[in-house]
Amino acid sequence: MSAMFPLIVEGAMTRRGGKVLVGPVDLRLEAEGITMVIGPNGAGKTSLLRLLHGIARISAGQVTWACDEGEARRRQAFVFQTPVMLRRSVRDNLAYPLRLTGVDRKTARTQAEVWAEKVGLGDALTRPATALSGGERQKLALGRALIRAPDVLFLDEPCASLDGRAMRDVEAILRSAAEAGTRLVMSTHDMGQARRLASEVVFLLGGKIHDRGPADTFFDSPNTAQARAFLRGDIVE
Amino acid sequence: MSDLWGGLSQAFYMLFSLDADLVEITLRSLQVTLTALVIASLIALPLGALLAVRRFRIRRLTIAVLNALMGLPPVVVGLIVYIMLSRSGPFGVFGLLFTPTAMIIAQVIIIVPLIASIAHQALRELWSDYHDLLISMNTTHAQRMKTLLWDGRRALLTAALAGFGRAIGEVGAIMVVGGNIDHHTRVLTTAIALETGKGDFALALALGFVLIAMAIAVNLVIHWLTQTEKEGRW
Repeated sequence: MSAMFPLIVEGAMTRRGGKVLVGPVDLRLEAEGITMVIGPNGAGKTSLLRLLHGIARISAGQVTWACDEGEARRRQAFVFQTPVMLRRSVRDNLAYPLRLTGVDRKTARTQAEVWAEKVGLGDALTRPATALSGGERQKLALGRALIRAPDVLFLDEPCASLDGRAMRDVEAILRSAAEAGTRLVMSTHDMGQARRLASEVVFLLGGKIHDRGPADTFFDSPNTAQARAFLRGDIVE
Repeated sequence: MSDLWGGLSQAFYMLFSLDADLVEITLRSLQVTLTALVIASLIALPLGALLAVRRFRIRRLTIAVLNALMGLPPVVVGLIVYIMLSRSGPFGVFGLLFTPTAMIIAQVIIIVPLIASIAHQALRELWSDYHDLLISMNTTHAQRMKTLLWDGRRALLTAALAGFGRAIGEVGAIMVVGGNIDHHTRVLTTAIALETGKGDFALALALGFVLIAMAIAVNLVIHWLTQTEKEGRW
């Protein structure tokens, strides 16, 4: 296993139908910590995460991992804002990523049970994933993303529609994943959550990185007027 | 009306007396159609999945052609297969004309486009659900197809049953390539055509009722085996 980091992004941009979704972006991510991507609606948070993960088409610039691309793709995972549930049981959903990499059925199932326990779905193993509630779906998606022990996990507003209890559970899972050495890059709307989890903040505005810094200094004294206004709760364009 | 009642009572009589000819014809119908269905599904279901996941150059054309071929006139298929299999045709050396194998070949050609089209339609929906996740998980094309085929299996069952329905009730092609030879290639539909031609409406109707009953029975058995209507399943 060679090191994946630093991730270097140079002038990367995604367009759809002539409209620039995000970019050009220059960014360097180091191996440690939790990066929070914040910004108003339409600022390009989702697009930035998809760009970094490599599932958005890059129209200009480049995204370079320290290891080769195929290996980098295998060692990262993504949790979508609306989690995609495979039409299978909870257990089979969790086992799915392992089965893809050739893990035998029995080991995959045992692992799936361990992870179901970790994300609090231990008693839902045989339930169809599509019958889960929003919070349970999000936890299942998290477990499924973490089961391959990725080096990087991208999360697109993982708590957007969760109640307090589910959010607390999800944050606990995220913290323990980060402690176990998974690099987290996530977007959020919830400034409380950003303050609780972030070690580093990227503030997006109009598809570009407008401000950026370590969490403690960013929240106390942002460099730009727009970031200050955003943190105050004003509407920023 | 008296023909209908006569047919119905004769059908019951033949069924309960297990008329030897009827049993033989019915079993041959089932054998030919089920074999054709299995072969056609093995071709059409992966094809449907391939069309859902891959974006290749002639994809649109393939889909359009498949949709058009759903309405393929069986008798034309029969004619083409006949020419291919006849002594002077390219596959004449195998001596397949007027055998059940020839009938199976014709039916496979007729139902592959139907099954592939319906399968593609169903899997396309599923693919748009799964797209982001499977791309993100770095899956190969084969893995994507396998996932779609497995998770979409209930919809694919409908596709296969539609193929079965079209094949079991088909007469034009198998008449041409099978020849309706007694004890050899006679099946329910060709027997019905023959008896109608001879004016024996009661027997023709009896065979017709058996055909309908068998189609319903096969559907029920498959649904029961796969428990489609059970709650909370797909």
